[in-house]
Amino acid sequence: MSEVALKTRAARTRAPVWLRAAVPWALAVLIILALPQLMTTSFGRTLLIEMGIAIVFAVAYNMLLGETGMLSFGHAIYFGLGGYAAVHVLRFIAAGLLLPVALLPLVGGLGGLVFGLLFGYLSTRRAGTAFAMITLGLMELVVALALIFDHLFGGEEGISGNRTSGPELFGITFGSQLHVYYLVAVWMLVSLALMRAFTRTPVGRLCNAVRDNPERVQFLGYDPSRIRLIAFAGSSFFAGVAGGLFAVNYELMAINSLGAERSALVLLMAYIGGIGSFLGPILGAVLVTFLQVALSDYTQAWLLYLGLFFVLVTLFAPNGLIGLVLMHGPIARAGLLHRLAAAYALALVPALLLAAGLIALVEINYRLAIRPELGPAMKLFGVAFDAKSATAWIVSFLLVGAGLLGLRAVAPRVAARWGETLEVARA
Amino acid sequence: MTASALELQAVHKSFGATAIIRGVDMSVGRGERHALIGPNGAGKSTLFHLITGRFPLSSGAVRLNGEDVTGLAPFEIYRRKLARSFQITNIFPRMSVYENLRCAVLWSLGHGYSFLRLIDRMPDVNERAQAVLERIGLAARRDVPAGLLAYAEQRALEIGLAIAGEPEIILLDEPTAGMSHSETEHAVELIRRVSEGRTLLIVEHDMAVVFGLADRISVLVYGEIIASDAPEKIRANRAVQEAYLGTVPA
Amino acid sequence: MELVVFSLLNGVLYGLLLFMLSSGLTLIFSMMGVLNFAHASLFMLGAYLAYQIGRYTGFWPGLVLAPLIVGLLGAAIERWGLRTVHRFGHVAELLFTFGLALLIEEVVQLIWGRAPVPYTVPSSLDFAAFTLFGTTYPAYKVFMVLISIGMFGLLGLVLTKTRIGLIIQAALTHPDMVAALGHNVPRVFMLVFGVGSALAGLAGVIGGFALVTSPTMARTLGPIVFVVIVVGGLGSLTGAFVASLLIGIVQTFAVAIDFSLIDLLARFGVTVTRADTFYDLWRIKLAQLAPVLPYFMLVLMLIMRPRGLMGTRET
Repeated sequence: MSEVALKTRAARTRAPVWLRAAVPWALAVLIILALPQLMTTSFGRTLLIEMGIAIVFAVAYNMLLGETGMLSFGHAIYFGLGGYAAVHVLRFIAAGLLLPVALLPLVGGLGGLVFGLLFGYLSTRRAGTAFAMITLGLMELVVALALIFDHLFGGEEGISGNRTSGPELFGITFGSQLHVYYLVAVWMLVSLALMRAFTRTPVGRLCNAVRDNPERVQFLGYDPSRIRLIAFAGSSFFAGVAGGLFAVNYELMAINSLGAERSALVLLMAYIGGIGSFLGPILGAVLVTFLQVALSDYTQAWLLYLGLFFVLVTLFAPNGLIGLVLMHGPIARAGLLHRLAAAYALALVPALLLAAGLIALVEINYRLAIRPELGPAMKLFGVAFDAKSATAWIVSFLLVGAGLLGLRAVAPRVAARWGETLEVARA
Repeated sequence: MTASALELQAVHKSFGATAIIRGVDMSVGRGERHALIGPNGAGKSTLFHLITGRFPLSSGAVRLNGEDVTGLAPFEIYRRKLARSFQITNIFPRMSVYENLRCAVLWSLGHGYSFLRLIDRMPDVNERAQAVLERIGLAARRDVPAGLLAYAEQRALEIGLAIAGEPEIILLDEPTAGMSHSETEHAVELIRRVSEGRTLLIVEHDMAVVFGLADRISVLVYGEIIASDAPEKIRANRAVQEAYLGTVPA
Repeated sequence: MELVVFSLLNGVLYGLLLFMLSSGLTLIFSMMGVLNFAHASLFMLGAYLAYQIGRYTGFWPGLVLAPLIVGLLGAAIERWGLRTVHRFGHVAELLFTFGLALLIEEVVQLIWGRAPVPYTVPSSLDFAAFTLFGTTYPAYKVFMVLISIGMFGLLGLVLTKTRIGLIIQAALTHPDMVAALGHNVPRVFMLVFGVGSALAGLAGVIGGFALVTSPTMARTLGPIVFVVIVVGGLGSLTGAFVASLLIGIVQTFAVAIDFSLIDLLARFGVTVTRADTFYDLWRIKLAQLAPVLPYFMLVLMLIMRPRGLMGTRET
């Protein structure tokens, strides 16, 4: 009887499931093909390439954090060491090694895998907080050693190569930025497909089990630390692929690419996007890369804004931005989103006041503390003022205060409205 | 009953200075339904943890089908075909009921640490998981995250995880704890069916369940087995009555 | 001999400083299960606040005020931050404090700039305490030892003699039991977090002039403190103490020894040249390796005893 049930289920769902799985990928391919036509400047395409690399890295990172429940503070070492492996092989290619440059990301992946197995063997013996601290220690170790081994890592200047030095294959020389873009796109799609498939293998499911309840896994015949090691190695492999892509794009690897900052950034990308779903880290990678590139042109304080945003996400949106979007699923399906519009608009006013006040405070302080040579006259939101004047400070603090009070007053009403609408949507 | 499926020999366990298990000798015959009873704090759950490798023994030995498994890790003991459930529900809360069960059948079907094949394309895994799902009566709750199940449903899943790998020896730790009367009846029926042809060791407080199910009963009081016999003999045993049965409403 | 004695003195001093940080961290962790990633950032704040207060009032009021402010800040972090994140689990809590560490570093830059601030030894402590083998030992270092020992004495008294201390002790050995004690657990949490933070602040006040008070000091010291508590065994105060001293002394000795494998090989008549494949490896001086040593110890510990020196907890 169960067999019959299985077969009918299969007959009912298999075809649509296939279709439903294929649609997002087809859509992704379309977007990838369309984007370089829409963004034709070198700046725009650099941004796209950076996003692609960040996506691979963030999704690889989420194999650990979201899928297996392992928090790593030092995952950039696999990105960086993979990149270094790729850039060294690129130099061999220039010296006559017959290897297409297009395969360098694979070299990066293998580099990441080797070190992932080595350090993973050490760190996956522990779980939870201890694991997190160990990843931090190992990162410090690798960075310190990299600074000592000048020949291999090139010190602060780094190691450079030339991506056009390889054998020409089908007319692809990587002389043009567009070639690099498509290389990144192909490797990104392949990596995403493989990482998605990994979550659907037995070990992929067991990773979720280890995340939920490592102890119980032991009583189902599996060693949780072995599963953690496999997840760690896989994640390091794809982090290395991302590093390899980075090496091809910049033709340079320096020590900052395996240190604390990049490790923190990938963690922020994954968590801000949302670690509970496959799309979350992708969204986070796109958003954070955009902010990094776009904001760093306008303000030196972008890291502060990013940190503030991250803290807000940990406090109020534990499932990340994608979680906030998915939350609205039932309401959107019931066609009731418009019922929330008024409440959200109401909340937007104090939120904007608060943001404006905070930004003003940050920018005033940055001008005074970091760039005093520019003088106290500055312009913000189209308003010119003196950074040292009491008025500027008072106005900023008033904005922050009004925003906070306003949010406190509005929050319960928004929550009530939300609850009502959800109830209606469910009924 | 020639070779014991499970044998405990002079098992001791202390936490610091406190001796919890004070020399337990016990043997469960192959194919036997064996109940372990005793007052609260007698050490029944601790004994389960010792048998299944969750805690290390202070001294003594545990044998499975004659093989010494003392000091092995829980997953190594599981691989010798001994599976267990827990007194406090111990499932994978964020995964669906079906995924819970798929994880529980993988090892026994020989898939090991496989990451090169998709789990959806493993007919043996899906059929077995579906079969267990129907057996524990959760077919309608297949895709619900296990953490959102009702209490009795979680208890059923707990038993499902223990039996999914078709072990030879099943250890159930208070499977009916906290269940209503009708839920208990349902659970007992389930336990009777799944333990058909297997060895069962069960900790249980509900005497109706114990006497209705067990071929043999062992009584654990303050870390020692004071009697181990057929149900009717246990009922008649004075020491047991004094230590235990008389004080607990059946 | 002179080198040994002074290295030992400095090593113990550094170890005590590490323990001032790791003890607060361990207390908080044992009690709440949260590893406060921002702990070293609070240490940094302590140094900066002492510097700032010192500019107006001189050193001594800062010694009291700065830890107090940092402690209040810690309590506020617990009250309005951690308590909200708590329901999302330990990973979210750790990430929240990680975000705080990022923020604090940025805010410190925002207020005091990117360059180090001139937080120096107060003149009242700037004299030679004693002379040994013809070398003088500065008074401020003796003062640091006294402060840390005084702090541990006070902490020990609170832990063993007061009611709240007994609750904390119970929490150290039986972390699951705290909630069952029937005490106002959130208040105790806030207090412990505040006191732990104040300890970090105090360490910052006296560590700030011994080290360099710059926005990167949290980032430099933080990982070492985390290594200390993993090597010592998460949640063990004794383990943290032993590991602090061990790492403090080993690192200080390594810094003092200017010796490389080239020197060693030279003793056996082998000379290594720049062209040699492993030249990078041979030329490393022990002093150069000093910053790496804590992490080597971490790796060794993971191979030999994954739970740490005195660790009992699995995660």
